[in-house]
Amino acid sequence: MSADNMAKDDKPEKAELTIGFIPLTDCASLAVAKEKGFFAKYGLDVHLSREASWANIRDKLAYGVLDCAQMLATMPITSTLGAGSWKINTVTSLVLGVNGNAITVSTKLYQELKNINPDFDSKRPVTAETLKQLIALKKDKGEDLLTFAHVFSTSTHNYFLRYWLASAGIDPDNDVRLIVIPPQQMVNNLEQNIVDGYCVGEPWNQYAVSHGIGHVLITSYEIWNNAPDKVLGVNKDWAYQHPNTHKAVLKALIDAASWIDKAENRVETAEIVAMEQYIHVPVEIILPSLTGQYKYHHDAETESLPDFHVFFKYAASFPWYSHASWYISQMIRWGDLPNSLDIKNIIRDIFWVDTYRLVAEEMGIDFPLANTKPEGQHSSDWEIESNQGALLMSADQFFDHHSDE
Amino acid sequence: MKKLRVSIVDDDSGRSIILDKALDDAGYEVISVLSSKDNLLMHIEKEQPDVIIVDLESPSRDSLESMRIVNQHNPKPVVMFTNDSDHSMISEAINAGVSAYVVDGFNESRIKPIMDVAIARFREMQALRTELEKTKNSLEERKLIDKAKGIVMQQRQCSEDDAYKILRNLSMENNKRLVDVAEQLITITDALKK
Repeated sequence: MSADNMAKDDKPEKAELTIGFIPLTDCASLAVAKEKGFFAKYGLDVHLSREASWANIRDKLAYGVLDCAQMLATMPITSTLGAGSWKINTVTSLVLGVNGNAITVSTKLYQELKNINPDFDSKRPVTAETLKQLIALKKDKGEDLLTFAHVFSTSTHNYFLRYWLASAGIDPDNDVRLIVIPPQQMVNNLEQNIVDGYCVGEPWNQYAVSHGIGHVLITSYEIWNNAPDKVLGVNKDWAYQHPNTHKAVLKALIDAASWIDKAENRVETAEIVAMEQYIHVPVEIILPSLTGQYKYHHDAETESLPDFHVFFKYAASFPWYSHASWYISQMIRWGDLPNSLDIKNIIRDIFWVDTYRLVAEEMGIDFPLANTKPEGQHSSDWEIESNQGALLMSADQFFDHHSDE
Repeated sequence: MKKLRVSIVDDDSGRSIILDKALDDAGYEVISVLSSKDNLLMHIEKEQPDVIIVDLESPSRDSLESMRIVNQHNPKPVVMFTNDSDHSMISEAINAGVSAYVVDGFNESRIKPIMDVAIARFREMQALRTELEKTKNSLEERKLIDKAKGIVMQQRQCSEDDAYKILRNLSMENNKRLVDVAEQLITITDALKK
């Protein structure tokens, strides 16, 4: 379908768009939509603007320099509620990718953990129990706190890291030092032992592993199976003013996500995101996580993690209320949001499930009928009721077996 | 007058030299020129600049922002600059309010007034925030005192004025703030109800 033969009242209100992204592997659907012509297919002329910081993404979206942006799944919530910055109503109708992060530690810290317990990481998912012992030992000796980094004050990475640490009884605010550094500076900081570990998106975990600088302890998939990490964020006002443009962008990105999720397209996807205008690193660094041939250690065998990045299957694109609800619960837990919020109404305002359904319906693709799904209850594939019958879903467990029930 | 101490965060070393000179000419003391590759948090903790000036397009914005959030008791003004005139909307946004301000280019004669305005506005915002915090606290205190008055009125069957006098006397006798006496009374009454 080209713009010409689209129904007249479906014509995008605005065809030339600027969409912001951060150079990380899971910007893939944006890059693929541009390079494989999916934006053009829906009558859009998109300029992808590589941004230097999540703060810039937030500010430029807020003030209309960007029409849409790749955002951390937590950002539409923090922008709308004004947590950490000014308040600006932001919505999302599309998850751009689930999973995709990991916690990596320096070779030095890894060795210290091994010294305490040589088997500490022999069974997955790896807990932070041995780390807790090490922290206690260091405290007795009067040594400095260990430093862990993530990428943005209210990032998904912050909450994954805190959840993992706290589950072993480590107080993330007092027992370690948590700092923010840009993703592309992580490896450098790890190598110089400025940080002892970090939680970040790919390719920065596989980069450290491939250069023998770091060891992956746990992937975000292992912490919470198939949790949303990036979403397409737009201003609420923009969405009201540009309903057709918004729908066209969503359709192009759903097409791209579905294309990327075909195993045979993963290598080409890696080649695209490795390009100079996107992440600008050698494709070999991108391939492991995108093809699911992942390494935890430099000298270890490659492991098959086919769902390390999921873009479309298992209803991954759908903005589940239950996903939003978990992030909000973590923001309240760590004092980033007050605990007096009307969570249900907030989520309904921000996560536009009906826009997703409208778009999916027009594209003839399957969508779930429910807005919420149980979290922490499935360890393997299951099915959920959809408009066309049933949709294949996948695991949704937490590494500590926490559950909604 | 003591010179204000400035740290520059910019990955473009050519540009930061020009900026360094412009700031120096404008009467500031540039104590460090950092890039996003440096251990920014350590430098800033150690050097304690009075102002941080950062390129809007620096990847370090997220780090600086997290420091502002963590270091609520002693935040530093962060002045953002951009050479790009397309960023007028950002500039407008930032001038409208939160913690950062934009310098368009490095015209030496323009830098000082903009820095002065940025710092003055930062201080105003801080004062406003402190004032808000105070107002919030005094509102909370009023509520506690009103609640305590209610308890005394009910128990002594007296007027509001008399209840206030009783609380005030208690406060003076015990050399405690009125709000502390009120809070204590509420706590005890609540405990007895259980």
